[in-house]
Amino acid sequence: MSDKTVHMKPIWYFVGLMLLSMGSIILLTGVYLYFSGIDYRTVFAELHPNLWWGTVMIVAGALFFFLNRNASE
Amino acid sequence: MQSIQLALPDWLIIATYFLFVLGIGAYLKRFTKDESDFFLAGRRNTAWVSGLAFLSANLGALELLGMTGNTLKYGMYVAHFYWVGAIPAMVFLGVYMMPFYYSSKIKSVPGYLKLRFDEKTRVLNAIAFGVMTLLVSGINLYAMALVLRTFLGWNWDVSMWVSAATVAAYITMSGLLSAMFTEIIQFFLIWFGLFLVAVLGILEVGGVQEVFARVPTAYSALWSTSGNAADNGMLVTWGGVVLGLGFVLSFGYWTTDFLVVQRAMVAKNLRAARQTPILASFFKMAVPFLVIVPGLIAYILSHDPDSGFALLQDGGAVNYDSALPLLVARYYPIGLVGLGITALLAGFMAGQAGNVSAFNTVWTYDIYQALFKKDASSEHLMWMGRAATIAGILISVVTAYWAKSFPSIMDYMQAIFSWVNAPLFATMLLGMFVRWITPSGAFWGLLAGMGSSVALFLAVKFDWIGKSLITLSSVASDMAANFWRAWWAWLICFAVTIGISLLTKRKPDEELVGLVKGLTKEAAAAHVPFFKTPEFYALLSMLAVIALNIYFW
Repeated sequence: MSDKTVHMKPIWYFVGLMLLSMGSIILLTGVYLYFSGIDYRTVFAELHPNLWWGTVMIVAGALFFFLNRNASE
Repeated sequence: MQSIQLALPDWLIIATYFLFVLGIGAYLKRFTKDESDFFLAGRRNTAWVSGLAFLSANLGALELLGMTGNTLKYGMYVAHFYWVGAIPAMVFLGVYMMPFYYSSKIKSVPGYLKLRFDEKTRVLNAIAFGVMTLLVSGINLYAMALVLRTFLGWNWDVSMWVSAATVAAYITMSGLLSAMFTEIIQFFLIWFGLFLVAVLGILEVGGVQEVFARVPTAYSALWSTSGNAADNGMLVTWGGVVLGLGFVLSFGYWTTDFLVVQRAMVAKNLRAARQTPILASFFKMAVPFLVIVPGLIAYILSHDPDSGFALLQDGGAVNYDSALPLLVARYYPIGLVGLGITALLAGFMAGQAGNVSAFNTVWTYDIYQALFKKDASSEHLMWMGRAATIAGILISVVTAYWAKSFPSIMDYMQAIFSWVNAPLFATMLLGMFVRWITPSGAFWGLLAGMGSSVALFLAVKFDWIGKSLITLSSVASDMAANFWRAWWAWLICFAVTIGISLLTKRKPDEELVGLVKGLTKEAAAAHVPFFKTPEFYALLSMLAVIALNIYFW
């Protein structure tokens, strides 16, 4: 197949993929820390920022990824 | 400070970032077939892609560590860099200057100088830009090494070489396209990675009102303390802010610096090119939330003995630039701390990539091809662009060590911009809007402007003259001297250019079509409703920045 026929994925596709990947790592880490009871001694640790910020990143990443998975530049 | 021990999730996030940028570079390589793809990203980008890349090219070490550190030193006054010191210039570029850049189909800003004036003015600017870009690129490496040493205790030299090698790898693969893609990746990483620092900091201090209540008056206002230099943290009057920063430095940087203008020049059409800086201006207005709010929080915490927050010391002096990394360490648990570090790394690496991709274009087209190989083939130019990328990275590593000798990153940046960009803005302004400006006037004016700026810098640095002589004030900071030096450099360039132009031969009008106001077809917005035009968004942007300035008066 010639490269001419290969369409370039838009940057938003990669942004979505990256936010999904990183958000998943952060959320899973948050879940582990929540249930393991490890005291990680950061200010506002009791708010469990990993849990909700990881979720925000996954939702944003999913939107970017699924809206652009079939798109091309 | 004891270095932070990263956990597995933190390493996974950092590794994910490196995989993405290298993977994107490799993915885009197949779409990088000729010099147009390598140097101009195929000229197929939408206003959103170009706009975010335009902003992100500027969102490197300067914005993150430097500006947070400067907020600690100078207070809220630093917001002038984002509002009066950026927005009007970005809007002016989109509304008035972009048609000349885009319509002439040039490949670089020095390329415009060649068409409007002559080869010698182009080469003079290209060499100055190349030197400036590599110096600034060194800052990114310096800042990155600082973060890695602060957080991870990594060796300074190894940190710089590893990051430089990564940037070199993905830029040599696919040029400007990969630089722009990774700049957009960086934009999202910075917002997702640093947003929580400001939010959690505000929560700790007790709310936004409490943040402003706990910093001195000199640190919490934009204009009400500008009447007398001694009343504000930066020791600069409104005259210095308006003339030096708001007019000369800001317009000099945002309208002539090829690093940012290049992103607009590779948009898919004129309308997208004009929208590029205007769209970016809205995001630029919001950046203070990421850097100034944390800077004020760091100020409050560092003055509260019960907080346990202390800035790093470098050779007995306070290291202001350590504030943001220390706040990330304070608030972010395992996982998030990896994201915070990655956001900072992305800012530095993309900033360096932006500088190097601008450098390789100017070197290849405006110095190498112009002076040494006019008939170079497309393949040869691409090869030269890749070689220039590697050479540029190597030189920027060397300059990183020089950057360490300055008390803060931002002072160093502004010193360089006042040497190169400030006088260039006078040349471009006259070149685009006054048709009788001559090639000789432009060349000697530019040379006089740059020379006087460097001379003033050296004269103050070595105490040949007092700082107050150029700042017109008995008290002045290094930053005030930068603002005023930029103003004098601009004025000298402006006056010499006009003076010599009155005595020398101008170019005939037919050679200036498309390059000068009055000889260029106006950018028609036929069939586009007003609310979709660049002018409409420019108006919104200006209204928003005026409102912000009044609110924080």
